[in-house]
Amino acid sequence: MKIRRIGIGALALAAASALVLTGCSTGGDTPSTSGSNTSIITANGSEPQNPLIPTNTNEVGGGKILDEIFAGLVYYDAKGAPVNDVAESIETDDAQNYTIKIKPGLKFTNGDPVDATSFVDAWQYGALLSNAQLSSYFFEDIEGFSYDADSPLTGLKVVDDTTFTVALTSPKSDFPLRLGYSAFYPLPKTAFEDMAAFGENPIGNGPYMLAGEGAWKHNEKIDLVVNPDYDGGRVPKNGGLSIVFYATQDAAYADLQGGNLDVLDAVPDSAYQTFESDLGDRAVNQAAAVFQSFTIPARLPHFDGEEGKLRRAAISMSINREEITKVIFEGTRTPASDFTSPVIDGWTDKLEGADVLAYNPDEAVKLWAQADAISPWSGTFQIAYNADGGHQGWVDAVSNSIKNTLGIDASGAPSPTFAEVRTAITDRSIQTAFRTGWQADYPGLFNFLGPIYATDAGSNDGDYSNPDFDALLAKGSSETDVDTANKDFQDAQEILLKDLPAIPLWYSNVTGGYGTDVSNVTFGWNSVPLFYEITKG
Amino acid sequence: MAGYIFRRVLQAIPVFFGTTFLIYFMVFAMPGDPIVALFGDKTPNPAVIEQLRQQYHLDQPFIVQYFLYIGGIFRGDFGTSFSGEPVTQILARTFPVTIRLAVLALIFQSVAGIAVGLVSGLRKGKLFDSSALVVSLILISLPIFVIAYVAQFVFGVQLGWARTTVGPGAPLQDLILPAIVLASVSFAQIVRLTRSSVIETSGLDFVRTAYSKGLSRKRIVPVHILRNSLIPVVTYLATDFGVLLVGATVTEGIFNVPGVGNTLYQAIIRGEGPTVVSFVTVMVLLYLVVNLVVDLLYGLLDPRIRLVK
Amino acid sequence: MAPLEETPLVAIDAVKVDEKPSNLWIDAWRDARRRPIFWISGLLILLIIVVALLPSVFSPVNPFTEKCDLSLSNGDPTAGHPLGFTKLGCDVYARIIFGTSTSISVGFIVILLTTVLGLLFGAFAGFYGGWIDATLSRVGDIFFSIPYILAAVVIMSVLSQYRSIWTISLAIGLFAWPSTARVLRAEILRVKQSDYITASEALGVSKIKILLRHVLPNSIAPVIAITTISLAAAIVAEATLSFLGVGLGGTIMSWGNDINQAQRDIRVHPQTLIWPSLALSITVFSFILMGEVVRDALDPKARALR
Repeated sequence: MKIRRIGIGALALAAASALVLTGCSTGGDTPSTSGSNTSIITANGSEPQNPLIPTNTNEVGGGKILDEIFAGLVYYDAKGAPVNDVAESIETDDAQNYTIKIKPGLKFTNGDPVDATSFVDAWQYGALLSNAQLSSYFFEDIEGFSYDADSPLTGLKVVDDTTFTVALTSPKSDFPLRLGYSAFYPLPKTAFEDMAAFGENPIGNGPYMLAGEGAWKHNEKIDLVVNPDYDGGRVPKNGGLSIVFYATQDAAYADLQGGNLDVLDAVPDSAYQTFESDLGDRAVNQAAAVFQSFTIPARLPHFDGEEGKLRRAAISMSINREEITKVIFEGTRTPASDFTSPVIDGWTDKLEGADVLAYNPDEAVKLWAQADAISPWSGTFQIAYNADGGHQGWVDAVSNSIKNTLGIDASGAPSPTFAEVRTAITDRSIQTAFRTGWQADYPGLFNFLGPIYATDAGSNDGDYSNPDFDALLAKGSSETDVDTANKDFQDAQEILLKDLPAIPLWYSNVTGGYGTDVSNVTFGWNSVPLFYEITKG
Repeated sequence: MAGYIFRRVLQAIPVFFGTTFLIYFMVFAMPGDPIVALFGDKTPNPAVIEQLRQQYHLDQPFIVQYFLYIGGIFRGDFGTSFSGEPVTQILARTFPVTIRLAVLALIFQSVAGIAVGLVSGLRKGKLFDSSALVVSLILISLPIFVIAYVAQFVFGVQLGWARTTVGPGAPLQDLILPAIVLASVSFAQIVRLTRSSVIETSGLDFVRTAYSKGLSRKRIVPVHILRNSLIPVVTYLATDFGVLLVGATVTEGIFNVPGVGNTLYQAIIRGEGPTVVSFVTVMVLLYLVVNLVVDLLYGLLDPRIRLVK
Repeated sequence: MAPLEETPLVAIDAVKVDEKPSNLWIDAWRDARRRPIFWISGLLILLIIVVALLPSVFSPVNPFTEKCDLSLSNGDPTAGHPLGFTKLGCDVYARIIFGTSTSISVGFIVILLTTVLGLLFGAFAGFYGGWIDATLSRVGDIFFSIPYILAAVVIMSVLSQYRSIWTISLAIGLFAWPSTARVLRAEILRVKQSDYITASEALGVSKIKILLRHVLPNSIAPVIAITTISLAAAIVAEATLSFLGVGLGGTIMSWGNDINQAQRDIRVHPQTLIWPSLALSITVFSFILMGEVVRDALDPKARALR
């Protein structure tokens, strides 16, 4: 998950990734030959929060850059399907042991070879406890991983220059799908000599590379030029990228309107109502892999057991998602009908029990009364959020909806900073419901379910636990057939719809736009434009 | 004189320690673990948090953290941000931009504010005075973000007179619009202050004497009235310079100025102690210099004032 | 010229004992009450205070209990809702009326805080000079150089359980007083050179008496000029803090919060922004006018000019 960082008044994070962008539409596999455009595309970004090291970048500002300057084993096309990039083949018989072959003769932009060792060393580095990499949890499933002491990933073995094997601790059928995430990028030998210096001037193997030393002008922009040696499916059709860092989305939007920016992938909420008329057919508003919800921990009084189930269902049915997405978000959100996202393969709005997500005030009042019969309600229902992320509008609207339907006191509980609310959630000291969001790391159903609702999972902030749900997840993970696996994951979601550990709200759309000078702008499954396809002039 | 300046410089030492201590304590007292926030909505493993806390000395008691930081400063090491950039480098790239912006805003607000305030004071109760009151009222009752958005939309997007945001390198012409927006906030204060001071000075004996001596208004207004009315205004402008240096957070954000306000705000929100304290330290030093200059200026504006005994 | 002995000495030394003792404040009141502006601004301020104390008298709709209806989002005025609706479908007029007490209180507490601290620090620093000046001024420097956003974030976070008009006033005021102090100090430095101060000193009047009786009243004008505007600035600062995410937020109604919420729709629905801003302007206007009257009334020289 990558974090969308907060700027002042910016829409903050959903969690959020910025994976590889891509899209291999027509001719993606063949380098564009004739009349290659040399124009530089300017795009919005934000100052990376961490050094530009793949395993230490977990937010969109840095992720967006890494995805352009590195090529992983696979990349995702516009629909989120994995396409081999550096990989020749990724094979497994049991969803647990994988053999990965890479294309021979590839090089980093400094001339270092891209071989099996480049991957294995990079992953070992990322997983090592004392390196304290922000994305180390991506290696959790590989044999040898430990949070207790420094321990090498014994599950990684280099067979020869172009082959290595991976052994996982348990079957994970979506492992190949994860490999397009930035944490799995390779690193050149030079990186390990001085990682800090590397993070300032990273050397990759992707479609673009830094325009020389110091191309990263902190808090201002980063300039990327085309990497002539890149030979995958993402060969740029422009001369380079200039990613300009904005403190607020409003500033970026103003620049798009003022003609100083070519492509924007985040419209500020102040422009939700006007951007489609401002930009006409240059406006983008499409579904994205972002799921928004609020979590009600089971340890809150009245939210446990049978009473809890009734109250959760009642609250869910008292929220008029349709109206809130229309009025507050001006149609830039889509009411949720499950716990994942419509851009993910295997998504469906036909889950049994999904009617609990529809606005039904009468049924809500009835269920609430049934719960009151078990134990009478007292107090205020509150939703905690960080006030620095632009959440107040919808939290107030949701609270009002609950208040108006159920006739109970409901309100938002703002914390000044993101750190404060996350710390309270992490150490379980929070005594209210709280907003939660998830942006997929990779386009798979499991990514929306396993890390959040599996017993003892890393981001299971509500401490939800249901053995039936866990069993279905494990079953899905051991299937080698994608559709069978997805069926299991859908069944697992039907359990979630009964228990409602989190109340699904809506899917965020990607909202963006582009200037009159550029064309061929498409947005990938992960809300980032496919920069390599954009042409200018 | 030299002795006075020397004493003032010596006084900077306790101020330096007082401020850094207070600031460091405030950052420390902020609830929420900055390390946890680095992981966004994902909950990190406790072992990884522990590693990172050690790396940034966050596992140490407050007082140890403070002295580690102060010790570093005397070795020229101001620490690094979470993004791995040395704080000295951050200071070096943001302060010049913000100082340019602040000076520009200061020029706008003092020229416009003093001029309007002077005329208002001289024509107390007349149409100009009332209009000036109304304009200052409108400016004062709108929060700066409203003024900034409107200015950006009207002059940047619709009329195209200015660049919507500040371009690479923050050239002076791009800073004009944000500077005007910044200036608008204190404009009202300076108008009221100048006006009140001018009214008071106009009633003083020496001004009446000057009139009765038959001196022309052209001479009396600048030499007798204005000069003697400037002390509170100059003092206010000096304090405002400090505000402009850090208080430009909102304006810098809206116009995307890569300056102090913006960077400092992000650092505060992220809980980056070393970055916050280093910025404020530089701020304090700048501010002490400005205050010293202003105190010396009093003597020029009113020779009767003697700070040096 | 009459011979000396014709003028009884008693007549020269006589004190008119039957005249009421007069002081600065009584003189000021006598002067102020003759001016229409005093009564206009006074009535406005009185009205604002009454609204703040008894909001339900002025608004039939109680925004705390009235349901906000999203289908009325940014809606036009209807019967009973004279100013239309906010983004969330709440009654704009009712929110302004009920937000009055919050905004006025924040304004008052902040100026009380900044003025009291500013007067204390500024007066002693400017009047006594020397090491007292050095100490007090440097303490002011420390407070002043702390960015108020940092202060606000910290105070609002540390006291987040007690989030109220008090905490936000503290956040705004605690670090704003040094500018009042410095302006007062500067004015005192000027005033204390005046002949009448030297005369008082020569007469053996005690230092503290000189400060309170002569120096302070003659230096107060710029403080009043700043304070009346600071009141407005404080109310607006609450909006700016909301914008930055450290405002009152939540369920506390205030003009600043409403202005902040409305700014997102400024291009399409400016009316929800204009009404609370107008309420703010009228308040500020009345206080600025009152400040003018008080300033003039306290200043014998300005009085003499009229």
